[in-house]
Amino acid sequence: MGKRRTRVTSYVIGGLVLGFLVMALLVNTTALGENTWLRVFFGVSALNFTLRASVPLILGAMSGILCERTGIVNIGIEGMMLAGAFAAFVAKTSTNSWPLMSSLLFGVAVALAVGGAMGWLHAVFSIRYRMDQIISGTVLIILAAGLSSYLFDRNAVAEGKFGAIPIPGLAQIPVLGEVLFSNPPLTYTTLILVVVIHILLFYTKWGLRSRACGEHPRAADTVGINVNRFRYMNTILGGMLAGLAGGFLVLEAVGQFQEGMTAGRGFISLAAMIFGNWMPFGAMGAAMLFGYTQALQNELLLAGVTTVPRQFVSMIPYLVTIIAVSGFVGRVRAPAAEGKVYETEGGSE
Amino acid sequence: MNVSSLRRIGQMLLIPILAVFTALVVGAVVMWIFGDDPLAAYRGLWNGAFGNARNWSETIRKTTPLILTGLSVAVAFKAGLFNIGASGQFIIGTVCAVAVGVNFEGLPTFIHLSLAMLAGIAGGMFWGFIPGALKVFTGAHEVIVTIMLNYIASLFAGWTVYAGGTQGQTPGPLWDPTAGPISETADVFISARLPWIFGDPYRVHWGVVLALLVALLMWWIIFKTTLGFATRTVGANSKAARYAGINVNWTIILTMMMAGGLAGLAGTIETLGLNHKFAPEFTGGVGFDGITVALLGQTNPIGVVLSAFLLGALDAGGSGMQFDSGVPADIIQVIQALVLAFVAAPTIIRQIYRIRKPSDQIESTVFSSGWGR
Repeated sequence: MGKRRTRVTSYVIGGLVLGFLVMALLVNTTALGENTWLRVFFGVSALNFTLRASVPLILGAMSGILCERTGIVNIGIEGMMLAGAFAAFVAKTSTNSWPLMSSLLFGVAVALAVGGAMGWLHAVFSIRYRMDQIISGTVLIILAAGLSSYLFDRNAVAEGKFGAIPIPGLAQIPVLGEVLFSNPPLTYTTLILVVVIHILLFYTKWGLRSRACGEHPRAADTVGINVNRFRYMNTILGGMLAGLAGGFLVLEAVGQFQEGMTAGRGFISLAAMIFGNWMPFGAMGAAMLFGYTQALQNELLLAGVTTVPRQFVSMIPYLVTIIAVSGFVGRVRAPAAEGKVYETEGGSE
Repeated sequence: MNVSSLRRIGQMLLIPILAVFTALVVGAVVMWIFGDDPLAAYRGLWNGAFGNARNWSETIRKTTPLILTGLSVAVAFKAGLFNIGASGQFIIGTVCAVAVGVNFEGLPTFIHLSLAMLAGIAGGMFWGFIPGALKVFTGAHEVIVTIMLNYIASLFAGWTVYAGGTQGQTPGPLWDPTAGPISETADVFISARLPWIFGDPYRVHWGVVLALLVALLMWWIIFKTTLGFATRTVGANSKAARYAGINVNWTIILTMMMAGGLAGLAGTIETLGLNHKFAPEFTGGVGFDGITVALLGQTNPIGVVLSAFLLGALDAGGSGMQFDSGVPADIIQVIQALVLAFVAAPTIIRQIYRIRKPSDQIESTVFSSGWGR
């Protein structure tokens, strides 16, 4: 148990990832690619789909990490995402006459702002009014679903979305270039954000203080950290990331808004966060695994290689999530002070 | 009833009533901001819910499943568990009840109906057992598991009535071949239907009486039995419960099964009493509403009945509102979210109306002590 087991697990995971990459390379460059089944599992289109499906999950998981590392449980990611998506859509449709790029960037900005506002609301509910954090998250989810349906103008059309920007040089690398280096801007942004958040959380004063608020708020308070200010700040930042995930769905992936279009992505992000042990890279890996199951579902249906009813294929991501949270939760550790209201010594109402 | 207990009831009702009132006011402001006429909307809402006998029957019809899903969420709350999975349990219950209902032609009514209802309850219980058992044995948090099970339930239910695919996929086992390309089941046999109390044009069936009886039963179980005591103790302090010799794991599993069974019964009643068949568009949206019902009713079975009636009226009135005033019925969902917020954070209501906190009452409910405790 313990260290040895962790090492064995990481060897196994590393081996699987390596094997996967080798297969992907072989299938897409050699004659192996003529096999339909192998193409379904390792083809470039499966890999591209994986990345596309992963982006909102990665952003959602980062949102969760920021909030939970400071001690705020954020089950409302789903609602923040939906609000961000709707905001991006409204911003885009009302600026259709602008040049495409500025209109899209305006959409991103509005998605960030609305996501941040949702995060602020979550913080106000759970810190100032001491609402149970899971209920506060549920309120956000219902509120976002209700408001976006109430305000949705079904005749509005968003014209245009972000297109791929191949990175010169890198995009020419076979397979890797096609998958990683010719993506639309929000995808790049997401991948960079993971690195940035990891560095911020573990190598800066801000990160250390944030984590202290989530592990031992009393101790943090004793050394002069304003615990609730950190919680407000990180929950707002987390809301912005979830809003960006919604913006991605509208401005980069789909191009339009549909009612309830987040379709459980916020919840799967939470599972990815848990699965990834509240670490940015771990959560990204988990999010990509979930993204891959979605890609697989899509590729299987497109290729028509199986007569298994589509409903069962569609269950894969949800089943994997359950297996992930029940198989790994015992081995991961949540921030210790998560979900608890922090009151200063002798604090009042 | 003496004066002090009347006063206690008054205190218990004060916050929920003010919460609903405030939510309606804020909802009106939202409508006004976005150019709708709130007065016309609320007039339509009232008419839609209580305008005539037909509308009353719609309100009662909408209230019935909400009582049961509300109880489902409430009983889980009593044990400190958050059951977001009532919709999935509702759907599985529906499918199981229909599966019995469309088979076994010729059984006597009493037996067929009882079998179908038991099947529905059992299906819901099984769907509640999964998150309970996973929580106990692996530490998986019930919130994530129940949400995932909701998606799996609706996909599974969709498959059972699937009309078959273009790539040679076989149709689902409950699909009615006479429906052609439409994915739905046949009607359940008359012997498996809950009889009407008031038939056409009203749609009130005996399910509502059943739901009220179940609410009484749950009140008895929660407050008067050993199981209920164990449930409440685990919810209040699971460590203390363990020291007191209560089998915490078993209590969690049993409570989740009870919760699942209640939501399953909601689906069962809705099908055997009203729809008489299953199609994928009969979703378990009432499961999510069960959360609001349970919290508004302060997780007390009697309170749940009252708040289910309120939400049922809002729901039934919503379509009348959209018809009368043209305001989208989706605003009802916004109002529900606000009700939930104000009930869950009574401090907001206290500040607005300058109500002092009763000294003998511990207010804040804490369900979320992190993941996978």
